[in-house]
Amino acid sequence: MLHQIEGSEAVARAVALCRPEVVCAYPITPQTHIVEGVGALVKKGQLTDCEFINVESEFAALSVAIGASAAGARTYTATASQGLLFMAEAVYNASGLGLPIVMTIGNRSIGAPINIWNDHSDSMSMRDAGWIQLYAETNQEAVDLHIQAFRLAEELSCPVMVCMDGFILTHAYERLDLPAQEEVDAFLPRFEPVQVLDPAHPYSIGAMVGPEAFTEVRYLAHDKQLQALQLIPEIGQVFSEVFGRSSGGLIHEYKTEDAETIVVALGSVNGTIKEVIDVMRGDGLAIGSVSICSFRPFPLDELRDALKSAKRVVVIEKNLAPGLGGVLASNVRMALRGGAATVYTVIAGLGGRAILMNSLRDVFVAASEDKLTDVQFLDLNQAVVDLELERARTTRHSGPTAESILRQNAKAGE
Amino acid sequence: MFQIRIHGRGGQGVVTAAEMLSIAAFMEGKHAQAFPSFGSERMGAPVVAYCRFDDKEIRLREPIQEPDALIIQDTTLMHSVDVFQGLKPDGFILINSTQTFEELGIQDFVAKFPAHHVCAVGATELAMTHVKRPVPNAALLGGFAAISGQLQMDSVARAIMEKFPGPIGEANVAAAGAAFDIVART
Repeated sequence: MLHQIEGSEAVARAVALCRPEVVCAYPITPQTHIVEGVGALVKKGQLTDCEFINVESEFAALSVAIGASAAGARTYTATASQGLLFMAEAVYNASGLGLPIVMTIGNRSIGAPINIWNDHSDSMSMRDAGWIQLYAETNQEAVDLHIQAFRLAEELSCPVMVCMDGFILTHAYERLDLPAQEEVDAFLPRFEPVQVLDPAHPYSIGAMVGPEAFTEVRYLAHDKQLQALQLIPEIGQVFSEVFGRSSGGLIHEYKTEDAETIVVALGSVNGTIKEVIDVMRGDGLAIGSVSICSFRPFPLDELRDALKSAKRVVVIEKNLAPGLGGVLASNVRMALRGGAATVYTVIAGLGGRAILMNSLRDVFVAASEDKLTDVQFLDLNQAVVDLELERARTTRHSGPTAESILRQNAKAGE
Repeated sequence: MFQIRIHGRGGQGVVTAAEMLSIAAFMEGKHAQAFPSFGSERMGAPVVAYCRFDDKEIRLREPIQEPDALIIQDTTLMHSVDVFQGLKPDGFILINSTQTFEELGIQDFVAKFPAHHVCAVGATELAMTHVKRPVPNAALLGGFAAISGQLQMDSVARAIMEKFPGPIGEANVAAAGAAFDIVART
């Protein structure tokens, strides 16, 4: 049924349709509306047979989720930003123990300085923790990916993060189709855990493993991700048959067939990118884009195939690897190794900086003329940077950088 | 595509206004998108919210740069924020005020826009009358329906009721209806 609804509320309802038995909740902006929404559904009796547990921290949220999942319960939680960092140890434990927990990340930057707005620094910090990471392009896809995530996690015994851009998606009202309970029940079978902690038949999980077996254990974690490369498109296919719309899969291509310039990005910015591509196609430029839905596992073969016509690839990154450039661009280069295409890294949208059509268009035009430098920061205020570098160079005890830049901006605004 | 930018202050229901606009557009079968641009979320701080609607799927996510319509919930913002930035030459301006454009000091600016595209309505006073609280957002949506002709008053009323079922919604619908009538007559 079609609704005009906030992204967070829609995800809360989608999670409830998946009949989780344990939901662990700890608030952090911009994810809070999601767990609040699930809590409200439990309280109203619309989500039954579900333990909604308010915990004292993010570390507790995922630790309780690990216990619940190990006891055989379908388990869900959500977090963002510093919250994900605070649960980092448990993030690795959940995947190491093979527990099919589903967790939403309402993508937000990481401080210091404190910033509550969107970028991908948080989920990127956990990219190699052994979880599957899916990135939603729209709120409809966020809804659909959560339903697919439970099936994927449980078929593989591997936890799944569904990443959705904070504020841009979590706080956006959009039209979307929420499925009926019978449809979700038909798609998502009951959870049949491969391991259950049971006092009647005690055994331990996560015990010490020495050098004689640790490599094999880790290899199998890698192998599980490679299995997911097969399973994600299969589940996406079944989903489209049951629900009548396609969502998920490994990548989404847009006008790539004959494209000489192809833009690659994760998440909601792909919508704006498509609008820019339509404008530039109208100007006669051979440009297209690829939205990567599955970042872990990373679809090397599918991406290489999608980019085969490209002379150059522009990666729009909502994260920064200081001292290197961008994480996504490095992964894209892995897919293109041995090929002739140039890869440009464009760092954009950090800490909620708006990504504007005009700015993207300028960058894509420069790239198509091979005039783009790598690594480029979209809409960087170079004057502010130069002033601050000069100040730090010439002032002893120059003080904190972030506060100095705020003072500069305030002065410029007067 | 039709794009609306709403300026106000924290506590005036700016974000909720954009959400209700999107619900009203949805009820008319349109694709609609509403989203906030939060600063630090606190009472009284400047807040901007956006709503765009179209007959086809909306993929664009950038903040609205060139609005077709502006709703200004608080005229004190005009001293500190460039609320008119990017407004299209044939755009609409709806201001929450009982003052004249001369008293607001914007008569020369608004003279550049088509007649009947610019209107001030005392939405806070209407809210005090009907809702008993100084929340101008719902009333201004009624005014928006009248000035722009983009949405039916009935859809606006149903959107308000979806967001605020019961007596609070009914009071806000009454305020919106009163604003609709005033703007339609202006």
